[in-house]
Amino acid sequence: MIVNDLAAPSVGHPPATETQPPKLAKKRFLHDAAEHVRDTGHRAFVRKALSGYYASRDVQKARFRDWEHARDAASLAKWSAVNQLDELLPRFVANFEANGGQVHWARDAEEARTIVLDLVRAARAKAIIKSKCMTSEEIHLNAALEAEGYGVVESDLGEFIQQLRGEPPYHFVFPCMHVRRDEISDLFGKHLGTPPTDSPEELTMIARRHMRRLYVDADIGITGANFLVAETGQISITENEGNARLTAALPRVHIAISGIEKVVEHLDDLAVLLPMLATAGAGQPMTCYNTLYAGPRRPGEADGPEEMHLVLLDNSRTAILADPEQRDSLHCIRCGACLNVCPIFKNVGGFTYGTTYQGPIGSVITPHLRGLADWNHLSGASSLCGACTDACPVRIDIAHHLLHNRRNAARTAPNAWERLGHRLFVMVARRPWLFGLGGAVFRRTLPLLKAVRPPLLRDWLASRDLPAAPRQSFRRQWDHRQSQQPAVSREGSA
Amino acid sequence: MSEGAGMSAREVILARIREALRVPAPLPHGLAEESQSQVRQPQQRAAVTTSGAASAGISVAHPSNRLPSLTVLPEEVARPWLPDGGETPAERLRLLIENLGKLRAIVQQVPDLTAASDYLFTIARERDWHRVAWHPHPLVEPLLAGVPCATYRVDAADFDKNALESCDAGITSCEALVAQTGSLLVSSATSGGRALSILPHVHVVVATCDQIVATLADALHAAQARYDGHLPSMLSFITGPSRTGDIERILVLGAHGPKELILILVG
Ligand code: SF4
Repeated sequence: MIVNDLAAPSVGHPPATETQPPKLAKKRFLHDAAEHVRDTGHRAFVRKALSGYYASRDVQKARFRDWEHARDAASLAKWSAVNQLDELLPRFVANFEANGGQVHWARDAEEARTIVLDLVRAARAKAIIKSKCMTSEEIHLNAALEAEGYGVVESDLGEFIQQLRGEPPYHFVFPCMHVRRDEISDLFGKHLGTPPTDSPEELTMIARRHMRRLYVDADIGITGANFLVAETGQISITENEGNARLTAALPRVHIAISGIEKVVEHLDDLAVLLPMLATAGAGQPMTCYNTLYAGPRRPGEADGPEEMHLVLLDNSRTAILADPEQRDSLHCIRCGACLNVCPIFKNVGGFTYGTTYQGPIGSVITPHLRGLADWNHLSGASSLCGACTDACPVRIDIAHHLLHNRRNAARTAPNAWERLGHRLFVMVARRPWLFGLGGAVFRRTLPLLKAVRPPLLRDWLASRDLPAAPRQSFRRQWDHRQSQQPAVSREGSA
Repeated sequence: MSEGAGMSAREVILARIREALRVPAPLPHGLAEESQSQVRQPQQRAAVTTSGAASAGISVAHPSNRLPSLTVLPEEVARPWLPDGGETPAERLRLLIENLGKLRAIVQQVPDLTAASDYLFTIARERDWHRVAWHPHPLVEPLLAGVPCATYRVDAADFDKNALESCDAGITSCEALVAQTGSLLVSSATSGGRALSILPHVHVVVATCDQIVATLADALHAAQARYDGHLPSMLSFITGPSRTGDIERILVLGAHGPKELILILVG
């Protein structure tokens, strides 16, 4: 009933993948961005999907007695943890092992894949069930498992839909927010043989029925982790559907994969971070299930896995850690709020980024994770509005980090044209007479520029119009107005 | 630091972290600007207060110029800013019921266990349950006597996930009820393991009013005190019935976990 007016097909071309040659990343981004921006149906659909989020987020924020100060406390919790990672990570590991869990360290994606594959082989796994885990997307785990002949099923509804579509997540919290219900109905019809329906409820029940046996039959459950609690050695997993709970309850082996930056020092910190994650990320007071796991099944407990493994992944996180200016981008709790408010994300869509982590935070960290030279174009994927910074529950100054990346890129690989341009501008701006002369010349040649479209301006002009040239310079207009309207008007308007 | 051959992944990563942290990061947003210069002074113990938080006494003591150590925990600092958990038992009860209602959980208040048992009988009839799963617990066991269907007792000795999967409802106790968010804290120790509270289509929780606490932190403290450092292998805050918004961001209840969450509140 909601999408009749949005009948345009959602953008169907395959998304950029991380395995593409990096040199293509920028070209691809510009191409896909242009294409998505033209697809007004898709944009309207994404906006509509997000509208409910804005409303409920505001309701939940208002339940906080002071949201802005709570953000300070949340950022303090993450700041102190990240800046003491050298002590807290070993403390977490010691406590996790004391709880009976086994820890595996992975320097990079390949090492992490090898660890998981070895665990899967050792367990003689036949069926693997997986709950949403962005680190596994980051290391391309599913492809590696499938290449070795292991079947793996994504149990989160959105991830399941994306898996059937053969696409990565569109948004790291709302993986299939770009897909219409009729497409999902067709997809389920094709893969599961179910009759068509336009009810989200029925579609959800189809996935529910399909998945139940798989939880019971799987011998390995793979999950992510949202927080690693140093003082207790627990891992915390946040989810709404219950699929992660089932994944960590029924299979014989539980493997969790987590970035090393997810450590918090105290269990209490979660009493701040969990409600803020839910409110900022999905407009909920708490996500439906926030679960803390301390090792495998204990003697006397009815069920639970016999083994619990945790893969701790670096994969260039230590490179971000080494940059004190942007170290706080490791505070990210992956709530997705910055994506939801970003005008760029809403217009170019999630696939255009070509990254595991989309949106503003993805644009900040991807150049660190995969090279500034090839990914600096994401630093320009910003309108400089700062909406991301305002939205972030742990107060990461995302908008400025995008600027830091631009500056760093300019430092490491200066662009001769840009430098020349800036130098010229400085020279002109320092000399009022030259500035005035330049303005006069520019005002007269503007119509000519519009007509000729010189190659240097062509990209810029492709999506913008040059304004009409004013007849007088700003300074002239100002002087004129001042002489006409004495100080009275200022007082009047104050 | 060089990453010498023969170093394990653990050693390499920890060495990278130590190396990276040699340069201190600026204080987080909200900590007073003027204090930063103090903090960067080596060997000086500086207490810095946040600009907006001074009244709440938030302070960060720096034993050195690098390692921040908090003299007040973020949770203590944040307590007056988080959603209200109620000051009195009556307020907490009201908030809990209000929040659970918004989450579309069902709450039934009953005076005693006999009334609880009657209520369970009624809903089992209404919903036409064939088999319910339960675990031995002083609040759960008395309710099972008159239930009009088969039962499956979840037990550490012989757990059968197929039997549990065939049950219509799971009946458990819980660790605490959180007024602040309407969350129920369950654990593998007091809720019959991990699956009983998540696999059956309906989750019925039996609890007493004195289990209501104000905040999430209070619930965690209660569990820590009860288990004295040996926490159960699973602790889970359940906040409403299972849900998803993955299809067009439209809310659907009962994604993979229970479609219905029913709290029987005794006393
Ligand atoms: S950067 Fe902040 S807003 Fe964005 S996902 Fe991370 S925590 Fe959320």
